[in-house]
Amino acid sequence: MDFDWGFLVSGNYAQKLAEGVLTTIQLFGLSWLGGFFIALLIVGLRAIPFKPLDRVMRLVVEYHRNVPTVVQIMVWYFGMPQLLPDSLRLWINQGQSEFLFAVVALSLNVSAYFSEDIRSGLRAIPATQIEAGRAIGLSATSVMRYVTLPQALRISVPPLLNRSLILFKDTSLAMVIGVTELTYQVKAIENLTFRSFEVFAVSTLIYLGCSLLIMGLGAWFGKRFPPAFKG
Amino acid sequence: MFDILSNYGLMFLVGSWPNGPIGGFAATLILAALGLLLSSPLALLIGLARAGSLRLPRYLATVWVYTFRGIPLVMIIFWAYFILPRMTGVTVPAFVTALCAIVVYESAFLGEIVRAGLQGLPPGQTEAARAAGLSYAKTMWHVILPQALANMVPSLVNQFVSTIKATSIVYVIGVQEVTFAAQQINSIELNSALQTFLVLAGFYFVACYCISSLAGRLENRLARKRLGLA
Repeated sequence: MDFDWGFLVSGNYAQKLAEGVLTTIQLFGLSWLGGFFIALLIVGLRAIPFKPLDRVMRLVVEYHRNVPTVVQIMVWYFGMPQLLPDSLRLWINQGQSEFLFAVVALSLNVSAYFSEDIRSGLRAIPATQIEAGRAIGLSATSVMRYVTLPQALRISVPPLLNRSLILFKDTSLAMVIGVTELTYQVKAIENLTFRSFEVFAVSTLIYLGCSLLIMGLGAWFGKRFPPAFKG
Repeated sequence: MFDILSNYGLMFLVGSWPNGPIGGFAATLILAALGLLLSSPLALLIGLARAGSLRLPRYLATVWVYTFRGIPLVMIIFWAYFILPRMTGVTVPAFVTALCAIVVYESAFLGEIVRAGLQGLPPGQTEAARAAGLSYAKTMWHVILPQALANMVPSLVNQFVSTIKATSIVYVIGVQEVTFAAQQINSIELNSALQTFLVLAGFYFVACYCISSLAGRLENRLARKRLGLA
């Protein structure tokens, strides 16, 4: 096999790849933020002591955890427009909406996992600790700052980072609805140039580099904030 | 939704079988089960190397795990699609290509489960076995692995769920599993995309929810056993 890396700079392929990377990062960033806010909403709603609401939220979480992400993206992109009014559907058919649908699907998907991670962190702190903190004269915010959060974050952050890594990799699934992220561009460039090895190698290294960054962040957090002693 | 299910239920379940290759949800389950089964010997080696003290195997296994945990499965499938025919010199069926990619991908995750299982046991177990005169291999085979494997069962069941979900992307290289079937049905029906894909989601949901609940129950039983309650 002969390798030719020159093609990457010759055409506009390098630019295509760069655009792909940018879209992947935007997809990841927006879905992460969206997912985090929805997760906080879910955690808040499930804290309300009203059984039917909790059951509904649980069903939503279980749907997103037990159905493949690709299928969730398909339901949103192919399915949901059916329920929308014609004027909106016209706009969708113009082919500008893939990115939006991908962000919506990925946000909802990751929010289900995020909410469970946050809840498990919060649940691990016994109410007596908050009472004890208040009893020795700490304000509610001080209890949060010095008692609850330091312990809850140690439990929640590692799985949140791990899920962020999976979300980053899941952005590649948006190619099935035609979002021009990295994997989509790789496939497009490969179809044009037949330089499979070179394109795959470059994109794999990009994915790996970003993933290692997230994994490194997780390792750093684990070292800097080791889990509290579980007696 | 129910007319989609009644008209195409069989197609969702087994694809075009018996007139063609087995497809649909049956193929999804076969692919996931085979993928997990075939990756387990590899995962065992990776786990042993990662938990062991030999520097070179540990280093290689670590690189393997971090690499395949850091790349999307789609990329690995593309690589397999590109490399396998070159390595073997023959056309490789899409199912086999997907299976190879899944085996490599899952080996990294399973390997970490094995490592966690091995490292979860108190070191006194190994020390006692070695002190009693057992070789490393015998220590692993008779003392460590039976205990570690029992502790790993819930994680393995959860990994099966992850594998089932992961297989949904292999339709991009034309493997005829349940997502592929849904795409076909969607192109026949044209106007029932939402219903079709919700039925598809339903298939995954029922299977994955049941298996994860099983994993949850196993986990509870294991926790009780550890506390000496069961």
